[in-house]
Amino acid sequence: MKQEEKPEIYGLVAEFPDAETIVEAAEKVKAAGYDKVEGYTPMPVEELIHALGHHKSPVPKIIFGGALLGCLTGLGLQYWVSAIDYPLNVGGRPLASWVSFIPVTFEMTILFGAFAAVGGMLLVNGLPMPYHPLFNVKRFSYVTRDKFFLCIEATDPRFDRQETRRFLESLNPTGVSEVEH
Amino acid sequence: MATHSHKIVPGYTPPPDVLKPGHSLSSITDRISAMVLRTATPQWWLVGVSLASLVLLLFLMSASYLLWFGVGVWGVNNPVGWGFAIVNLVWWIGIGHAGTLISAILLLFRQKWRTSINRFAEAMTLFAVACAGLFPILHTGRPWLAYWLLPIPNTMWTWPQFRSPLVWDVFAISTYATVSLLFWYVGLIPDLGTLRDRAKRTFFKVAYGFLALGWRGSSRHWHNYEKAYLILAGLATPLVLSVHTVVSFDFAVSLIPGWHTTIFPPYFVAGAIYSGFAMVITLVVPTRKLCRMQDFITLRHLDSMGKVMLATGLIVAYGYATEAFMAWYSAAEYEMDMMYFRAVDGPYSHVYMMLIIFNVLIPQLLWFPKLRTNPAMLWVLSIVVNIGMWLERYVIVVTSLARDFMPSAWDSYGGTFWDYTLYIGTIGLFLTMVFLFIRVLPFISISEMRMLWREESEASK
Repeated sequence: MKQEEKPEIYGLVAEFPDAETIVEAAEKVKAAGYDKVEGYTPMPVEELIHALGHHKSPVPKIIFGGALLGCLTGLGLQYWVSAIDYPLNVGGRPLASWVSFIPVTFEMTILFGAFAAVGGMLLVNGLPMPYHPLFNVKRFSYVTRDKFFLCIEATDPRFDRQETRRFLESLNPTGVSEVEH
Repeated sequence: MATHSHKIVPGYTPPPDVLKPGHSLSSITDRISAMVLRTATPQWWLVGVSLASLVLLLFLMSASYLLWFGVGVWGVNNPVGWGFAIVNLVWWIGIGHAGTLISAILLLFRQKWRTSINRFAEAMTLFAVACAGLFPILHTGRPWLAYWLLPIPNTMWTWPQFRSPLVWDVFAISTYATVSLLFWYVGLIPDLGTLRDRAKRTFFKVAYGFLALGWRGSSRHWHNYEKAYLILAGLATPLVLSVHTVVSFDFAVSLIPGWHTTIFPPYFVAGAIYSGFAMVITLVVPTRKLCRMQDFITLRHLDSMGKVMLATGLIVAYGYATEAFMAWYSAAEYEMDMMYFRAVDGPYSHVYMMLIIFNVLIPQLLWFPKLRTNPAMLWVLSIVVNIGMWLERYVIVVTSLARDFMPSAWDSYGGTFWDYTLYIGTIGLFLTMVFLFIRVLPFISISEMRMLWREESEASK
C-alpha cells in the first residue's frame, strides 16, 4: 500500500437546505475550476446533474446491447432447436417458421434488455458498495431525507484543506465537514 | 395552481391536488417511512394478516390434496380440460397488468397521479403474477416436472415446440414476472437507503443497508439511475401489452368456435387493465384509510383510477359486441351457434348475463364524478368488476370447450369443492403477501414523492 500517495482525507462536504442553493453553489464550484465534485441529493436534481457535468450516461448503450443480444439469442435458440437439432414436421410447415418465433424473440429482447438496464446501472454506478467514506459524516444520513450535499474530493488538483473549506463556507451552506477515509 | 390555467366554466370543479399542500421533504419522508419503521404493529394489520394467512392455509391444504390425489379432484375432464385453473391464471395475470400500466405507461405519459400508487401497484403485480403462475404449474398434474416447459438440454433429446402459443406463454409470463421484479427493486433502492438511514435498530439498519446496495444519492448515480428507470419503463410498456396478447393467443390461435377470433388480443389487454385497476382500488381504498395516507393518495387518484376503469370497461364492452357481431357476420354456423349457446340459451347463459351486468352495466355509474370521488362506493364497484372479470374468463374458457364441433363430444362443466378452495386460497396467498409488503417496505415511493413535491412547489411559486 502506498499510503503516502493517498490524501489525508477523502474530501470536504458542504450541506445545503434545498435544491436551489446547492445548484447555485455547484455552479460556483465549477466556475472556480474544481473538477472532482459530486452532489448528493434526496431525489434527482436535473439542474445539479447538468451543473456538475454528469449528464453523460453509458446506460442506454448498455441496454441496447443487452436487448440486441436477447433478440439474437431468442431467435437463434428457436431456429437452432426447430430447424437443426430437433426438426419436427408439423402439418408440412417450414422448419424455420420465423413468424411463430416472434413472440419468444420479443420476450427475450425485453428480458435481456431489462437485465442490462439494472446490471448496467449498478455496474456504472459502482454499486453495491457497502462502505463509502461519506458515510463517516454524521449529518450525511440526511441525504436520504431532506438535505443536499456537495463534496469536493481531495484528489482534485486545486484541493487545499483550508482554502477549499473557506471557499465552500462562502457558498451559504448550513455546515461544512471533513470526510475521513 | 399557476401552471394549470383552467378556464373558469360554470359548474366545473378542478380536480383535487395529487399531493395535499403543506408538506415538506422531511414530512413526506418521515410519514411514509414511519409506516415501516414504527415499532408498534397496528392492530388492524395483525387482524388482517391473521385472516389472510388463514385463507392461505386453505391454499396449502387444497394444493396438498391436489398433489396427493391428482388433478382428478378438479372438475376438469374431456371435453373441458381447461377449467378453473386457466380461468384463474388469466384472471390473476390480468390483475397484474394494472401495476405495470401505472408504473411504466403512466410514467412515460408523465401522469403525476401515478406517483403515490405506483409502488403499491407494482407489488400487487408481483403477487398477482405469483398466484397466476401457480395455476398452470399445478394444472400440469406433475408440477415437479414443470421445468420441462423450458428449453433445457435433457437426456430425452427433446425440445419445446416453439410454434405453440403455450410455450410463448411460458416465456411471456416468466419474462413479465422477472422484469416486474427488477423494475420494482430498482424503484426501491433509494427508499431502502432512506430506511437504512432512518432505522434505529441494528438489525433493520443492516437488513435495509444490505438491500440498499450502498445507495448514497450521488448526482452521477441519479443520472444513470433515471436513464435506466426510464428505459425500463419503455421496455415494460410493450411487454405488458404483449403478455396478455400472448395469453389470448392460447385461445385465439386454436380453431375452437368462440376462441378463434382476432379481437382477442386487444380485448384481453383492455380486460386485464380493467380488472387490474379494479384490484388496485380494492386494495388502495382501505390501505390509504388504515395507514392514514389520504394526504398522499388523494381523491384525485381515486377519480383518475375510476376514469381508467370506465374507459377500459367500455373497450371491453366493445369487445363483447364485436364478438357477437363477428359471430353473425362470419356466417359460420359453429360461431353463431357458440354465441347463441353462450349468451342466450345454454347452461352458462346466466353467467354471461351476470358478466354483462357486472362488467358493462353497473360500471356505467363511473360516469358520475361524485361516485368516482366516493371511496366507499368506488370500492364496492371495484369488487363488482373483479367478480365480473372472473366470470368473463369463465365464460370464455368453459363454454367454448363444452360445445365444439361434434355434438357427441359435448359435455358440461362445473368446479368442484377443491377448485373453489384452491382459488380462494390464492386470494389468501395474495393478501398475505400484500400485508407483509406494507409492513416491511414503503408502499409509496418516497423518492418519487420528493420529486413530485418539488414539481408541485415550483409550480405553485
